[in-house]
Amino acid sequence: MSVVPDTTTKIAFTDNDTKFNTDGVTFIVNPYDELALTKGLEIAEANGGTVTVCHVGSSSSDAAIRKALSIGASEAIRIDAEPLDSQFVASQIAPIAKEYDMVITGRESIDYNGGAVCGLLGAELNWPSVNVVTEIAVADRKATIEHDIDGGREELEVNLPVVVSAQKDLCEPRIPNMKSIMQARMKPLNVVPAIEVTQQSEYHTYDLPPAKQGVKLVDASDPAALVEMLKLEKII
Amino acid sequence: MAILVFVETQDGKYKKAGLEAVSYAAQMNAGEVTALCIGEHEGLDAVAKIGASSLVVLPDMGHFDAQKVSSAISQVASNLNVDTVVISNSYAGKDIAPQIAGQLKASLATNVVSLPNAQGEVTRGVYSGKAFAQVKLNGAKKVLAITPNSFDILDNTQTAAMKEVDVTISEGGVVLKELKKVTGKIPLTEAEVVISGGRGLKGPENWNLVEDLADELNAATACSKPVSDMEWRPHSEHVGQTGITIKPNLYIAIGISGAIQHLAGVSSSKTIVVINKDPEAPFFKAADYGIVGDAFDVIPKLTEALRNN
Ligand SMILES: Cc1cc2nc3c(=O)[nH]c(=O)nc-3n(C[C@H](O)[C@H](O)[C@H](O)COP(=O)(O)OP(=O)(O)OC[C@H]3O[C@@H](n4cnc5c(N)ncnc54)[C@H](O)[C@@H]3O)c2cc1C
Repeated sequence: MSVVPDTTTKIAFTDNDTKFNTDGVTFIVNPYDELALTKGLEIAEANGGTVTVCHVGSSSSDAAIRKALSIGASEAIRIDAEPLDSQFVASQIAPIAKEYDMVITGRESIDYNGGAVCGLLGAELNWPSVNVVTEIAVADRKATIEHDIDGGREELEVNLPVVVSAQKDLCEPRIPNMKSIMQARMKPLNVVPAIEVTQQSEYHTYDLPPAKQGVKLVDASDPAALVEMLKLEKII
Repeated sequence: MAILVFVETQDGKYKKAGLEAVSYAAQMNAGEVTALCIGEHEGLDAVAKIGASSLVVLPDMGHFDAQKVSSAISQVASNLNVDTVVISNSYAGKDIAPQIAGQLKASLATNVVSLPNAQGEVTRGVYSGKAFAQVKLNGAKKVLAITPNSFDILDNTQTAAMKEVDVTISEGGVVLKELKKVTGKIPLTEAEVVISGGRGLKGPENWNLVEDLADELNAATACSKPVSDMEWRPHSEHVGQTGITIKPNLYIAIGISGAIQHLAGVSSSKTIVVINKDPEAPFFKAADYGIVGDAFDVIPKLTEALRNN
């Protein structure tokens, strides 16, 4: 699971545009990862088993990890390191993941949008991976999976172990209640050191999309004028 | 230096996003560009014209199986000893790019929207379209997934040669049960024009307005989050921070207020047209063209004007 700026965040950068400005930013569990967690719980409840949440990050993520525990995970593992990029994260998670029957990631994190951890983990563990999954049912160690493809959807079948990434539609995220929040405080949050890996990429600078020049308004009584303008600018 | 480009095909034709990837590779000016295709498709000329100097055609593998395809591409990349593998950032591309990077022990960047600069950095979209990052890939080998609609297709007069590469395709363990293609529809991430509807359209029964306009412009259709949450439209049409990020040449938003989470997914569109009855709708601030008016009145007229044009 990853911890990301809340979706209402106005993105800004500091230190000569080399760092994300965290001032006043609320961090949340990545929305796709909440789906991944909820689906994991549903599968564990139906088949017997437990769900562990795994996160790469510093202690500043602990509140979000407690939230994941209050949603229903039995324990959490935090790998104590800055998540440098998708490849770093996948390499840190892989040795832990190999002890499990299934890994569910989010389709992407809404900050770096790499969408790559699922496939990278698959390659690293030598397990099949299926991304943007909208339905999973597991029975007799076999998963039936629906996932989005370009221009449609397909239904697949695969034996466990498997890595999948959660897409909207997979389920409704579970909301923690008072009791589960209390229980979460007692659940284990194990902090482990990072393993040594080669850094594959470096994020140097950031910028914002260029601001719009200002809207050209067309009168509602004459939409044909809009067609003319778009043609003139060779937009259509 | 050598570059391998995987060119996605559909119904025997190169996909536009695949051709963009070939042009991207040619413009990197970093050595020989080999295009890779799977199965029957158009000839050499088409890829040569846009910058490939050779073409590898692998035998048809049936339906697109990401495990098999990524293993095949990795084998060709190793065999040809390429430094860089270029792929489109489609769903299929995003499925195989990380697997290939893992198999080749290469550095990976997805959502790439620029050529490498003098420092070797590429720009990639981050924060769901709210920002861009300049990233340096450290590995000797690289995998780049290129955002559709970010690069023009070149027009060269180059010749290309066929290359034979043997690959061993083993079963990836994933079995297809059923394929549900939305036929005749343009995939949203690759569409050049997108017509999108919001809660302002009142209900699913009014989507003929969106679809008729889309037909005139050969456009894909999209929607805001509440529209897919209420099941007026399939979730695969939901654009924005928690939906799909798109980058068409033209985005027309009808009855959408322009919340920050919606804008995140669409603000990279080259031109944005907003049609909303509320002159104060925040979307107008992010638009190039706007009509303040009632969609039920404006859209049929707009469709009509396009039809007559
Ligand atoms: C965690 C989180 C994630 C989110 N992610 C996304 C996301 O990915 N994508 C997304 O879209 N939203 C997302 N949202 C929701 C977002 O905040 C807005 O609520 C949503 O985009 C509003 O959708 P809308 O513009 O269709 O509806 P509204 O905000 O209700 O706007 C409807 C608009 O239609 C106009 N209108 C009404 N009648 C007419 C008419 N007859 N003719 C013309 N115009 C008319 C109104 O003036 C209004 O501007 C997210 C929210 C949260 C909290």
